[in-house]
Amino acid sequence: MAYWAAAPVKRYDVKMRPRFIRWGAAALVLALPFVTHVVLGQGWVRILDFALLYVLLALGLNIVVGYAGLLDLGYVAFFAVGAYCYALFASPQFDLHWPLWALLPMGALLAACFGVLLGTPTLGLRGDYLAIVTLGFGEIIRIFLNNLNAPVNITNGPQGVSLIDPLHVGPWFLEKTYHLGGIEVPLVINVYFLFLLAVVLAVHLSHRLENSRIGRAWAAIREDELAAASMGLNTRNLKLLAFAMGATFGGVSGGLFAGFQGFVSPESFTLQESVMILCMVVLGGMGNIAGVVLGAVLLSVLPEALRGLGGLQEFLFGRIWVDPSNLRLLVFGIALVLMMLMRPEGLLPASARQRELHESK
Amino acid sequence: MPCPLLEAVRIGKRFGGLRALNDVSLALGAGSITGLIGPNGAGKTTFFNVLTGIYKPDSGTVRFAGEPLPAGRPHAVAARGIARTFQNIRLFSNMTVLENVMVGRHVRTHAGVMGAVFRTAETRQEEAAIRDSARKLLDYVGIAAQAQRIAGTLSYGDQRRLEIARALATEPKLLALDEPAAGMNASERMQLANLVRRIREDGTAILLIEHDVKWVSQLCDHITVLDYGECIAEGTPREVLAHSKVIEAYLGKGVA
Repeated sequence: MAYWAAAPVKRYDVKMRPRFIRWGAAALVLALPFVTHVVLGQGWVRILDFALLYVLLALGLNIVVGYAGLLDLGYVAFFAVGAYCYALFASPQFDLHWPLWALLPMGALLAACFGVLLGTPTLGLRGDYLAIVTLGFGEIIRIFLNNLNAPVNITNGPQGVSLIDPLHVGPWFLEKTYHLGGIEVPLVINVYFLFLLAVVLAVHLSHRLENSRIGRAWAAIREDELAAASMGLNTRNLKLLAFAMGATFGGVSGGLFAGFQGFVSPESFTLQESVMILCMVVLGGMGNIAGVVLGAVLLSVLPEALRGLGGLQEFLFGRIWVDPSNLRLLVFGIALVLMMLMRPEGLLPASARQRELHESK
Repeated sequence: MPCPLLEAVRIGKRFGGLRALNDVSLALGAGSITGLIGPNGAGKTTFFNVLTGIYKPDSGTVRFAGEPLPAGRPHAVAARGIARTFQNIRLFSNMTVLENVMVGRHVRTHAGVMGAVFRTAETRQEEAAIRDSARKLLDYVGIAAQAQRIAGTLSYGDQRRLEIARALATEPKLLALDEPAAGMNASERMQLANLVRRIREDGTAILLIEHDVKWVSQLCDHITVLDYGECIAEGTPREVLAHSKVIEAYLGKGVA
């Protein structure tokens, strides 16, 4: 019985790569902030911290877009909900100082509720129509936060909430600079490891969801919703579940963001952020964890790296010809267009997606 | 039929000005094979869609196993025990053959998010059971060797079989097949007829739409004929085929 023996064909699976590559990658990821700190300075470690935060966001959106096939252009709203949840309960705003371990789950839960809130009116919509409604939802949340300073001041309006408590995990005070055997471990490196822990958990969670009864049901809905419903899948509940699960990731990363920045304001949660997170998912490879991680890291690091274009011009031509801040976005845009033209299925596509795109060829 | 498994009474369905179904009634018993025939556009597929909860009927009721069937909620209908296939095959074409059938097991299994996240012993057992019964079903319809292929790459006939396996995975009491033999050659049709008979013998009633009158009349115990949304004849194949209205519907006036 050959077909029994054959290992189930799985989508690009982290576990299938040779062991030494995995250990090597793990060592690299652990050493990266220290090396970056020494070679490129604090600013670059901070960029890495944000890259990890974006990985978390992209993994959350991947559940909605990649697994369940629901196009969401308002994902940043859940990030905002998580961030404000942390900000309001751990700052002088209401003089509340709740601990991280309570606020992160609370933010996740609240974001999940908002996920259901967004999901409910959009159940009958797909594709472009769904995208428009979710886009509106994202804007509504931002505008709410912007205006909830009157008649009762809750969010402080456009000024935002400041002096937010720094991240404390038990005895680990992230704002402190530690010295481990002569190596300096400042805030940015502490944060790197906390965010890394969150990313590892998120990857694990995504992987398990993807390869479960629920993940299979999401895939079926993505493929053919009518057929899925006729096979007894409660498409309404499953879609709401996808929205809620995706939103929890956004809520957690929002809390981490607020604690790290010490300040949140509505302008951090614009449509552009939603679009950027969606780009990360699509460019990396919808539905594939490794691809989404790669997409998020690339798209958050690349714009920063392109700041070096000014220095490059000076080096090559002896003077700056084009303003690097303009050039940077141009090059970034061109890079996005080229990547999507050459690999429409993303850098590391899920095998199912690849088939969807190449079916017609 | 003392206690019919399915009883559709005076089903009516309109689309704007078009009366797609007009007081169509149909009853079928457990363990029967019932055919639904009629010319193109007679309303057969509309009737199927009403039965399986995709459309809500404008009038009439459907009772299944003695209780009214939820209208307009296909997943609830599947849970009650009616599974279907589609006229224009609707597989999850980018998933593997095995995964397609595993999706069919969804409605009879329970693992949720927590089970998935913590991968409890119970969840792992359920998952293994799902995989196991999916493989058995593939074997049952005769495409076990294709288990790891992508559903969309199967031959036409095998895709039809896969759709049947996926439907059977929901453990239906009634299997509704919408033109299962369309596009098949004579030997494939014969194999399909054998499969349908076997499914019936294993305890599942069958309702099927088909164009090929000869094939249907060899297979079915009972036939209902639709034309222009109305039921024009019903009975055993022999009775139905001798009915003047049926001959008229198929061959035109004057022949009968």
